[in-house]
Amino acid sequence: MSTILIPELSARWDEPDSFRLAGYRRDGGYQALSKALAMAPDEVIQTLKDSALRGRGGAGFPTGVKWGFIPQGDGKPHYLVVNADESEPGACKDMPTLLNNPHSLIEGMIIACYAIRAKLAFIYVRGEVLHVARRLHLAVAEAYEAGYLGRNILGSGLDLDIVVHAGAGAYICGEETALLDSLEGFRGQPRLKPPFPAVAGLYACPTVVNNVESIATVPYILQYGAAEFARFGTEKSKGFGLFSLSGHVTRPGQYEAPLGTTLRELLDLAGGIRNGNRLKFWTPGGSSTPLFTEQHLDVPLDYEAVAAAGSMLGTRSIQLFDETTCVVRVALRWAQFYQHESCGKCTPCREGSWWVVQLLDRLQRGEGSEGDLDKLLDICDNITGRAFCALGDSIQPSVASSIKYFRDEYIEHQRLGGCPFDPAASTLFALESAR
Amino acid sequence: MALSEEARARLAPQAAEIIARYPKARSALLPLLHLVQSEEGYVSQDGIDFCAGQLGLTEADVTGVASFYTMYKRKPVGQYHVGVCTTALCAVMGGDAILADLKDHLGVEVDEPTADGKVSVEHVECNAACDYAPVVMVNWEFFDNMTPQSARDLVDGLRTGADVKPTRGAPRLCTWKQASKILAGFPDDQGTEGHTAGEPTLAGLRIAKQQGWRPAGVANSPAEGQQ
Repeated sequence: MSTILIPELSARWDEPDSFRLAGYRRDGGYQALSKALAMAPDEVIQTLKDSALRGRGGAGFPTGVKWGFIPQGDGKPHYLVVNADESEPGACKDMPTLLNNPHSLIEGMIIACYAIRAKLAFIYVRGEVLHVARRLHLAVAEAYEAGYLGRNILGSGLDLDIVVHAGAGAYICGEETALLDSLEGFRGQPRLKPPFPAVAGLYACPTVVNNVESIATVPYILQYGAAEFARFGTEKSKGFGLFSLSGHVTRPGQYEAPLGTTLRELLDLAGGIRNGNRLKFWTPGGSSTPLFTEQHLDVPLDYEAVAAAGSMLGTRSIQLFDETTCVVRVALRWAQFYQHESCGKCTPCREGSWWVVQLLDRLQRGEGSEGDLDKLLDICDNITGRAFCALGDSIQPSVASSIKYFRDEYIEHQRLGGCPFDPAASTLFALESAR
Repeated sequence: MALSEEARARLAPQAAEIIARYPKARSALLPLLHLVQSEEGYVSQDGIDFCAGQLGLTEADVTGVASFYTMYKRKPVGQYHVGVCTTALCAVMGGDAILADLKDHLGVEVDEPTADGKVSVEHVECNAACDYAPVVMVNWEFFDNMTPQSARDLVDGLRTGADVKPTRGAPRLCTWKQASKILAGFPDDQGTEGHTAGEPTLAGLRIAKQQGWRPAGVANSPAEGQQ
């Protein structure tokens, strides 16, 4: 079989001390930092640009370009803020990275701060993951002790401090400007852009906000070179990343592979859909991305091909649902998620999410009408593009795509006056009791 | 509950330590709210007053922030707070059944502690462990691949003082107050311990090893080993 998986970030996760400094250094950890410190900061930025690494937090903006936006010689402090607020439904890649290999993030942060000339960096980690917070504190303490953080790092003259900052339960804080407001001690509500964080971010100073996986990939790029990284992937989606498979799949979990790998390839490795069942629908990049079905098994999972097929690569959070699942119920539950997490700042999202939930709830109970589908789509149209931030825009995709592919199922609920599915059949324990 | 003068005096240096981490004091508000929650088990009016006093903010301002974030409780919860993920995928995989069953089993509503004060339950949104669905959190530690029965056994164990261990996380389960202290930025010594890489975490890596697919850097930079 030709090579499909490339475990790089995940290469040592099976070692008992993979999260310790000693374990990380054993395979060459922190060598990339020495290489970076021997380069000029602008060379480091250029290396990132040459690698064509695109932000791994969902939006896919080129990381090196983002770093390059930081104005230099402006006399203001610069900041790096790592977005470790992983909470997109389906996304579960950054938490295992932080639990099992936090030093890849710390090393990447030091390199990034050297490049953008920052002396203070923050890791904004969601609060609901206690052991992740412990592991981050431990990794930061180990890095200080080894001289990778603090004053005059490795004799380079670079000073850097890292603060681990725990959030307190709010999905919206994964949106970069809401995250910055939260880090400043306010309610986590998004800011109007522009100005972008690169110009006026944390404390109105130039700030880079990057996802965990983006920064954790930086040491690889410095160690092996931009060309080596860009050798993987597709024309415009370079490199590799973690694909997270969850739901009705035989072996759910983390599969690190080049961008452009297909779900068919990944599913073959993951043992297919559980019990030999049939795949009904899936998300390529979390709940904010339009659903795919069986017909999309061969779509290369890169930014361009997924977009061309009508969805978004997002965070490569592949949630798989088999034929036992009611798509109306799933659409409702995602809508309820956005309703719960809407920050309330703007009207389309705050009010629209409640209307969408009411309509979906009625439809799921079999008390809706076909006209409700049109009303639902109309409300979605009135939210999308009119909300303050991407959270509002995330309500429509699963609703609209579920109606597009499964309109008959919505109508069947109405015809039967109830849901035709047995919720027990789609559970994990249904599978276990069947064994 | 009231925050005693003794408690205020004890918390003040910790608050100062938190504030010193940041270029601007107000950034310390979220950790300070975790800190007062670690003292009282929830964010009381006294806790709000304490945070406001430390940062020179109004109580209204601090209340506005505290009420925005779901992890700050305005009423006491159990010593062990059980969060059942009921976002779509976990809901479908069994989270809905687990939450309904637990409320029935314990005879409580969401965020309402049992009479012995040991356990409370709530629904939580996606906790970034979808590959272990359905997921239950206890004081923000992972309990993976749960069923209604295993969740009942879990809360029963918590109430009887059994040695309950997370599937992934610290070997010794913290209390709710202790967990809040860690989130305020004062970690305990369990970071060096604990199992964190379950089968889903290692799924791809195991296959790559079986197939002889080596890490990209190793496989493709043979010169690297000679340097």
